[in-house]
Amino acid sequence: MDKLIAKNPCEGLLPLTIGSVTLTEEEPGVMTALAPYKGKEKDLSAALKAAHGMAYPAPNRATGKAGSRAVWFGHGQAMLMGPAPDASLAEHATVVDQSDAWAVVWIEGEGVEDVLARLVPVDLRPAHFKRGHTVRSLLFHMTASITRVGDRAFQIMVFRSMAETLVHDLKTAMEGVAARG
Amino acid sequence: MRITCPYCGERDRREFYYRGAATDLDRPAPDAGEEAWENFVFLRENPAGVTRDLWYHEGGCGAWVVVTRNTVTHEVLETRLASEARS
Repeated sequence: MDKLIAKNPCEGLLPLTIGSVTLTEEEPGVMTALAPYKGKEKDLSAALKAAHGMAYPAPNRATGKAGSRAVWFGHGQAMLMGPAPDASLAEHATVVDQSDAWAVVWIEGEGVEDVLARLVPVDLRPAHFKRGHTVRSLLFHMTASITRVGDRAFQIMVFRSMAETLVHDLKTAMEGVAARG
Repeated sequence: MRITCPYCGERDRREFYYRGAATDLDRPAPDAGEEAWENFVFLRENPAGVTRDLWYHEGGCGAWVVVTRNTVTHEVLETRLASEARS
């Protein structure tokens, strides 16, 4: 077989700066879906802490830090981003490799909440949505995972096949906000 | 219309998919007889008032939610995870 060329989901689309807001692609490393077995959430959290230094996240929360993060990902699951999963996790949870299945972007800058307010039907302003908070919600017509990673920065994840739509929708919202001056 | 997801809190109706009456949670035993099965598969109440239905938090956390609501006043009275809400 010929040597295959690695391609990021948003290759050729990002980075993008419009007004005060910048959209960049994030390379999350290994991505692993963790779904704890019934009653095993505490054991999984302990194993996660021992192996990777972060607890299993409560609903609507993310734990860890840039490069090694666990993001609550809905009913009974979390996404481990960064480190390759330790073998001990498989004792307490279903562990599924989802690397390369998600498009991951960072959006940051002054007024970033105004951009997201055009697309997401959840209040993401800092008074309600602080660093370490995460939601599963809609971004325009797509399901997305949105996490606050800084004072004016969010991490957004959608299915990889939706990368172009994600950039298009965010770009349109960024242009709309910038046009208002 | 706003629905309170037990995980995510109050969310817009557009995030939810409507399944139907929550009778799905009370599946009859395989040998319950023709009448019970006919009821379960085909017959539905159509109340003017309080009803219980199943909604799926499709544009959110993916949980199935039992919503108790009033079809006359549009009030949402209670929401519970379907996994915890056998009637």
